[in-house]
Amino acid sequence: MNYLVGAFKPPCNIFISFTDGRSRKQVPLKKENGKTVMVALFQSQENIVGEVVIEPIHGKKVEHNGVKIELLGQIELYFDRGNFYDFTSLVRELDVPGELYERKTYPFEFSTVEMPYESYNGVNVRLRYILKVTISRNYVSNIVEYQDFVVRNYTPPPSINNSIKMEVGIEDCLHIEFEYSKSKYHLKDVVIGKIYFLLVRIKLKNMELEIRRQESTGSGPNTYVETETLAKFELMDGAPVRGESIPIRLFLSPYELTPTYRNINNKFSVKYYLNLVLVDEEDRRYFKQQEITMYRNLEAS
Amino acid sequence: MLNGTEDEEKWLAEGIAGIQHNAFYMHRALDSNNLREALKYSAQMLSELRTSKLSPHKYYELYMRAFDELKRLELFFKDDSKHGVSVVDLYELVQHAGNILPRLYLLCTVGSIYIKSKEAPAKEVLKDLVEMCRGVQHPIRGLFLRSYLAQISRDKLPDIGSEYEGDADTVMDAVDFVLQNFTEMNKLWVRMQHQGPGGVREKREKERSELQDLVGKNLHVLSQIEGVDLEMYKETVLPRVLEQVVNCKDDLAQYYLMDCIIQVFPDEYHLQTLETLLGACPQLQPTVDVKTVLSRLMDRLSNYAASSADVLPEFLQVEAFSKLSNAIGKVIEAQLDMPAVGAITLYVSLLTFTLRVHPDRLDHVDQVLGACVKKLSNIPKLEDSRAMKQVVALLSAPLEKYNDILTALTLSNYPRVMDHLDIGTNKLMAMVIIQSIMKNNSCISTADKVEVLFELIKGLIKDIDGADVDELDEEDFKEEQNSVARLIHMLYNDEPEEMLKIICIVRKHTMVGGPKRLPFTVSSLVFSALRLLRQLQGQEGDIVGEEASMTPNKIFQLLTQIIESLSAVPSPELALRLYLQCAEAANGCDIEHVAYEFFTQAFLLYEEEIADSKAQVTAIHLIIGTLQRMNVFGVENRDTLTHKATGYSARLLKKADQCRAVYACSHLFWVDDQDGIKDGERVLLCLKRALRIANAAQQMANVARGSGGPVSLFVEILNKYIYFFEKGNKQITSSAIQGLIELINTEMQSDSTNPDSVADAFLASTLRYIQFQKQKGGVMGEKFESIKL
Repeated sequence: MNYLVGAFKPPCNIFISFTDGRSRKQVPLKKENGKTVMVALFQSQENIVGEVVIEPIHGKKVEHNGVKIELLGQIELYFDRGNFYDFTSLVRELDVPGELYERKTYPFEFSTVEMPYESYNGVNVRLRYILKVTISRNYVSNIVEYQDFVVRNYTPPPSINNSIKMEVGIEDCLHIEFEYSKSKYHLKDVVIGKIYFLLVRIKLKNMELEIRRQESTGSGPNTYVETETLAKFELMDGAPVRGESIPIRLFLSPYELTPTYRNINNKFSVKYYLNLVLVDEEDRRYFKQQEITMYRNLEAS
Repeated sequence: MLNGTEDEEKWLAEGIAGIQHNAFYMHRALDSNNLREALKYSAQMLSELRTSKLSPHKYYELYMRAFDELKRLELFFKDDSKHGVSVVDLYELVQHAGNILPRLYLLCTVGSIYIKSKEAPAKEVLKDLVEMCRGVQHPIRGLFLRSYLAQISRDKLPDIGSEYEGDADTVMDAVDFVLQNFTEMNKLWVRMQHQGPGGVREKREKERSELQDLVGKNLHVLSQIEGVDLEMYKETVLPRVLEQVVNCKDDLAQYYLMDCIIQVFPDEYHLQTLETLLGACPQLQPTVDVKTVLSRLMDRLSNYAASSADVLPEFLQVEAFSKLSNAIGKVIEAQLDMPAVGAITLYVSLLTFTLRVHPDRLDHVDQVLGACVKKLSNIPKLEDSRAMKQVVALLSAPLEKYNDILTALTLSNYPRVMDHLDIGTNKLMAMVIIQSIMKNNSCISTADKVEVLFELIKGLIKDIDGADVDELDEEDFKEEQNSVARLIHMLYNDEPEEMLKIICIVRKHTMVGGPKRLPFTVSSLVFSALRLLRQLQGQEGDIVGEEASMTPNKIFQLLTQIIESLSAVPSPELALRLYLQCAEAANGCDIEHVAYEFFTQAFLLYEEEIADSKAQVTAIHLIIGTLQRMNVFGVENRDTLTHKATGYSARLLKKADQCRAVYACSHLFWVDDQDGIKDGERVLLCLKRALRIANAAQQMANVARGSGGPVSLFVEILNKYIYFFEKGNKQITSSAIQGLIELINTEMQSDSTNPDSVADAFLASTLRYIQFQKQKGGVMGEKFESIKL
């Protein structure tokens, strides 16, 4: 559809800008073509205010059946290509049907927009927010312009944040107790913990902590689960003996993490796990996975 | 494994190449102030240290390369104008590295800058570093990492007086840090032995000892911390180090670390914490060479004691000796299979210690010896030559220290230790004792001590059962016995009574020495007894009535018995001489019958035992000489004896010997004293008899060989004539001398006489003497005037 527009060379240019565009924080966003662009960052309940400028190409007139701007929150499932689920859709009429001869500016405002979900760019799913300007026309296709923006929502630190403490093992072989100081982490947090070796009868080679992201999309029989290992962090080199305790300190900031998303609009979930892996000399792997909850903390970001 | 070293070289070369490669890019990043790249390449460079293929030795080479590079990196980190990141952020940034080993090396590097920046208390950073390093559990990699940590933190410890000391940072934190690092390193080090396949244990032990200094260095650092005063050492440092040492249950580590403790910390600390330190010893593994550890400790303490007299009270105050002694006892008790040499070495060290520290405490010395005896008595036979050497060292130590055998004699356990020596060593030790006495010229003056002394040297005094007589080297034996003989002269007391006791004891011991020893010892003993006699004489009067046992008679009886023992040897010549000596002594004491008895004995020996003609000649001259000096005899006894002597003289085998003996006998009748006997007639008789014998000898010579006999005999007789002539013997006349001279001249000129230059010279000087006397004038000149030459 878009290239048709290009082929016919649209008779006007459309610019969408935010009023506080200069001062607003910009974050990178990966586009479909692989390019990363900087876009404005919003959070839920914010006023999205700006203006649309339509500038007809010199000497051309644009006949239209009206100009509108929409704010869309979409979930796009890749295996279900082409299907967008709009969970948010707000419209503002900018102009009544008529003709445009010269540059015209339309201010717009969406007040206290409810944007409960964060922008997300996953393996199988994408959640995005866009402003869409449409110039409706008769007989010919409408002229459409999009402006992406990113939504991030901040959560206050959880009031209950228990540590994760667990004793696991293989009978008469390996017995360990591990402890992560918290079960909920903000994105720039540090995982602090300890591993106690209660019994070691196998020759360990090393131990690492993995951060894994599990993205599940769809529902019922059509559920797709994709797991990615985002980080492999070596905790221990060599073979410990009984009674040894190994410290854990893993900074989360270097990794591209998002908050945990649970059942977003019944379409997808993103969960995070800490996976403790012990490797023995024969390269056998022993592991224990623990879910952690990620949240976005205002101060830290 | 066949070409293991070759492979290792290859791996090392690869590792070095890897380091150089990444270091190159790191340098480029440093030059362009690119922190990200610097971190990336430094981490890659440090990844080379993750190898498991190298032996400690080779790994060290690799480590040193990386170490040098890290120094450059540190300089870059230090200068935040170059990378624009605060040290706190940098401290976090380096922890993003995925691999633990590079991460921790970088962390330590930044950590040291962090401390320097003082943006955080040193103790926090140190604690964090030492804690994080736990992540490396591989022994070699862990040891080197922690050694790096120790290295970079050394000058940043919050020690007293250090710039890093503050309210929050005390020296205690520094100590805690080093102790923890030490503990962890030791654990890793000990664990090394369990790594890898079995069977190459030896190789691994070797590799481990190559790494020992990495561990020990921590103790060295501890000892360098100013703030570790005695109190802290006692309360914290030592208990914790020892706890680790004991708990690691590894013999190599325990031995090394104990030694390390002893060597790196000051002596006074050891002294004040002896109990703790020693308490750890019995808890060590049975295979640990505790004796060397203890020996070193005692050596150090003894040197400390020797260094200054001021410190000695400290030793007393802490009862160092009894503590050491207890500890040694416990160690020996605990380690049942410790070889004897080990135990004895310990005792030697302890002895050295006590000799240096408490030279006045003989009871300590005795106690040590007693403990040693106890130990030795559990061993059936001491055959280990090294153990033997140690025992000798043990026994020699007090001698050297006190330079006085008397001290050793008061040690009741001394002889008991000697009993455990084998025969050869026992003798050796006895010789050492004697030499010590000789060297120091120490006089042993009581009977008790003499008794003990002889108990000590009994190896020399008598044959010991089981001794292999054939083995004896003749020369050694002589030397030994001469030493004993000399020793006897060192036993002396001014008090005659005590002296007599000493003599009796010596006699008791020497009498059992057997025929080979007696000739050496008896004469010493006899002369010792004779000295006592002279002593008695010197203070006569006050003694005589006092004690019945102390009469000269008694002593002479004793002497007789002593000399009689020689008959078992037999050694008649020696016995004869001794009898004569005694006779002379009896003469001095004015006891005629005793003197007579001695002569009787001498004559008996002469008649019955002395068969050799040469010995007879010697003997007869001795008899004559002695007899001549005797003045105790009455006329009758004297006559009997002189008659006997003259008779013997005439019956000698060779004429010449007869002649000489007979003219010697002439002196028996002319004693040139005021009241000496002066029987001119019998003198002349003797001389004439001598002349006759000389003549006969001359003739016999003519008959036998067709040549003249010795003219010298005549000259000798002429000399006797002249002597008596001078002395005023009326029977000797100038004409007789004249006649003799002529006779000699005739003999000389006779064809049959062989020219004899000695006799000629003798005659010439005799004549010259007469001439001289004549010219001198005076009474003597007139006397000689009548002699015509």
